[in-house]
Amino acid sequence: MSAESLDIDTLLQNLADCLRRQIETRGLHDPLLVGIHTGGVWIAERLRERLGIDTPLGRLNIAFYRDDFSRIGMHPQVRPSQLPSTENRDVILIDDVLYTGRTIRAALNELFDYGRPRQVILGVLIERDGRELPIQPDCVGGRVSLGPDQRIKLTGPDPLKLEIHTVEAP
Amino acid sequence: MSRTLQLDAGGRLRHFLTIEGLGRDWLERIMDTAESFESVAAQKVKKVPLLRGKTVVNLFFETSTRTRTTFELAAKRLSADVLNINVAVSATAKGESLLDTVRNLEAMGVDMFVVRHAESGAAHFIARHVAPHVSVVNAGDGRHAHPTQAMLDMFTIRRHKRDFSRLTVAIVGDILHSRVARSQIHALNTLGAREVRVVAPRTLLPVAVERLGVRVCHDLDAGLEDVDVVIMLRLQKERMQGALLPSEREFYRCFGLTAARLRQARPDCLVMHPGPINRGVEIASEVADGSRSVILEQVGHGIAIRMAVMALALGAVQG
Repeated sequence: MSAESLDIDTLLQNLADCLRRQIETRGLHDPLLVGIHTGGVWIAERLRERLGIDTPLGRLNIAFYRDDFSRIGMHPQVRPSQLPSTENRDVILIDDVLYTGRTIRAALNELFDYGRPRQVILGVLIERDGRELPIQPDCVGGRVSLGPDQRIKLTGPDPLKLEIHTVEAP
Repeated sequence: MSRTLQLDAGGRLRHFLTIEGLGRDWLERIMDTAESFESVAAQKVKKVPLLRGKTVVNLFFETSTRTRTTFELAAKRLSADVLNINVAVSATAKGESLLDTVRNLEAMGVDMFVVRHAESGAAHFIARHVAPHVSVVNAGDGRHAHPTQAMLDMFTIRRHKRDFSRLTVAIVGDILHSRVARSQIHALNTLGAREVRVVAPRTLLPVAVERLGVRVCHDLDAGLEDVDVVIMLRLQKERMQGALLPSEREFYRCFGLTAARLRQARPDCLVMHPGPINRGVEIASEVADGSRSVILEQVGHGIAIRMAVMALALGAVQG
């Protein structure tokens, strides 16, 4: 998919369709939809409606679990995670962009601090290249190929918009 | 001096020794960070990995179960390794032996000292001599300062009252010997409280206490008039033998907080106490356990505030 053709509605529909199939084939029971703060929460809110999930949304803030806080520090005002017990739950973890995989690693660590989930499915609005950890999504809204100096960012929540920026090399 | 010792060249918090010299932005940053850590207690695993691999030593030259325990829990909730060392104070073992103790522990790869000492300035002394990567947190020194206690009190007040600029706060009891009161006064003034009153008999007030920016009252009824927050201090029973007070009963009669006296304050006045409480000496049981008391909340907030101070000082959170 080219960067110009990133239509949020289409991406959301693709992601929702894939997750619906996963819920059926895996036989997920009363899945807990969890969005990763901030963009993941916006996407999860929209998916909740499309998938007809009644259970309240979980919100995960992975700031305390990042592996780079000793280099970059952490913002003092971290909004805490809001999550029920994940013990023996089917969890659908949602993020906006899957890039290096470090955010997902941190999110999985944090999920397990709230209990041991039965299974976790990963859905992302958009997947890009540049993985640094062996993490792959179960469902994606779309894929995009970007250069190492490019970043893709979701802005929102209303309207949701994907923006591509070029960053200076460190 | 305190500011330059507490903040590094980049303006980051390196040691937390006293409220003096720290600006309002720093006090608010500590409270904001503590706000973030409050949720950790609700997790099944009450830990976050921010200080994994760091070693914190609780170096207590003076006993204090409550303060030591909350520092220990705070460090453990940040995943640090914690050593608790209770060092008996000897009259001849100040200066050099204190430094020797610190240097020996430092050689074992310690990242932070949490220091409680009966001598004012002990934490500053250690902070001036530790290696550049080591942080020092003052857990109470002599009559000087108890900054984390003051911050947890401010955090508790902010939770209930939000805007410090509208608040009149009365601090009641043994101001003379209280490091907590000194730190609270500095914090309240830095945060812009409208008025800070100290209420105590003349024998339990420092000379020229007004210079700290407080209004002095010797009468509890007048001191409580229209206050939004009343902070009772612990009366140390050993003061009773020092001829500073006639008796516990006399102190309670004049300065004890009873339900009847509390009517002078605003209807939504908070009642606070750093603990441990002497029931029937500083405060009546019905007030300590009453609906306006936030004494147990203070204890809970102590863990979040200490987590915030440790994370900030060890650079896990941006300063």
